Amino acid sequence: MLITRSLESFGNYCMFLWRAFGVPEKWREFFKRYLAEIYKLGIDSIPLIIIVSLFIGALCTILIKLNINNPLLPRYAVGLSTREIILLEFSSSILCLILSGKIGSNIASEIGTMRVTEQIDALDIMGINSANFLVMPKILGLVTILPFLVVICMGTSLFGGYLICVLTSIVEVETYIYGIQTMFIEWYVWFALIKSLFFAFLISSISAFYGYTVQGGSVEVGKASTDAVVTSNIMILLVDIVLTKLMLQ
Amino acid sequence: MIQVKNIRKSFDDGEGTREILHGITADFFDSKTNLIIGQSGSGKTVLVKNIVGLFMPDEGHILYDGRDITLMDRKGLKELRKEIGMLFQGSALFDSETVLGNVIFPLKMFSSMSAEEQRERAQFCIDRVNLTGSENKYPSELSGGMQKRAAIARAIALNPRYLFCDEPNSGLDPKTSIVIDELLSDITHEFGITTIINTHDMNSVMGIGENIVFINKGHVGWIGNKDEIYNQDNEDLNNFVYATDLFRDVRKYRLVHGYKK
Repeated sequence: MLITRSLESFGNYCMFLWRAFGVPEKWREFFKRYLAEIYKLGIDSIPLIIIVSLFIGALCTILIKLNINNPLLPRYAVGLSTREIILLEFSSSILCLILSGKIGSNIASEIGTMRVTEQIDALDIMGINSANFLVMPKILGLVTILPFLVVICMGTSLFGGYLICVLTSIVEVETYIYGIQTMFIEWYVWFALIKSLFFAFLISSISAFYGYTVQGGSVEVGKASTDAVVTSNIMILLVDIVLTKLMLQ
Repeated sequence: MIQVKNIRKSFDDGEGTREILHGITADFFDSKTNLIIGQSGSGKTVLVKNIVGLFMPDEGHILYDGRDITLMDRKGLKELRKEIGMLFQGSALFDSETVLGNVIFPLKMFSSMSAEEQRERAQFCIDRVNLTGSENKYPSELSGGMQKRAAIARAIALNPRYLFCDEPNSGLDPKTSIVIDELLSDITHEFGITTIINTHDMNSVMGIGENIVFINKGHVGWIGNKDEIYNQDNEDLNNFVYATDLFRDVRKYRLVHGYKK
């Protein structure tokens, strides 16, 4: 029963994406909405990303210092480990898990409310492909902006580690800076950016699907919003494993 | 003219298939306010959603001036929809747009007008529904009646040939309901539109019902107009129309004293 329902949902999701990725009715309107979504989903998230990244960068540095306090390990290992954690996992996967809460619930509740208040029916009656009109700018907008957010997250997290070194002298600042520069593998940055493209697509499309297919009233919109975040998170973790296996091994 | 021929529609409610419309046949005329009336749950909204193509009927045909919507491909349906305006029960105005933004929206999407012409047309529609001065207000800043009027302005922006209204008076006080009814009636006659109004408001029925289709449990129970509705002997319709003491008294009075226009 569960498998049948999951397969049915997946089929509906694919059909929904098929409708969403049509040719826009008016390119001018599409670009206006696309830019607005970049601003709303991406630029508006920057303060949250900066705050979270600063704290996580600082925490990583403190915890690594506490846990690898071994005379056999070089002192720059703190900076190096912090950098690897941030580049490989935090800046893309963990950041996207956090953003799926903010952006995913926003998309699902916005589209869900439009559904229950018949605004989507109004678009359909006008002869507009509502899935395309509402969803494609969101998906493309998030896919466009998320890699930039990942770069901001990387820089801010490393700066958070630097700040904690300056403020508490847990590690010498020069050693930390040497650590985050040493044995740098550029591919890890590309790896994080590529992953973020997949995650952006998952967050926006899954949340939009849950919002678009909601039936009922405000309670159902709230439920759809929660389901969207939970499903996005599970899919992010699943795809993270697959991509890590494919791209790093 | 819109012709509905033997429409059947079923839904799966989880416990099995339930037929909501059992072969509806009716005609809706140009330049007339056509009313679909019936109790809640009788299938009125399902019928209207079938007529506008939001649902596809399981059986039957729907003809828009001879063009069968049930046989149309997606492109044909899209073209037809440009001739349709619809007023939803909850107005369905776009929250993120002002009144002007809502009215100008279909013009931006489908007309080849310049920006100035679009604005002029939108302003004409806003003025026509007596919303002048509210152009820059958001839907949340409008009363229920004003929201309905803004939705009517949006519905007529593209000069539709067919106008559908799903319970236009729901949530409105009687006086505002009359204003909305008169506005819909005026627009219908002024622009020669085929207007279909889905309602269970008896004031609308008595006020603007030029062609009334009574739906009872998914069947057509009666067809007539507001003058004929007093003197018919359909038991189901009488139970619906004369559900309140006020209308029972009106009927008694009219049976004794006759009907005067």
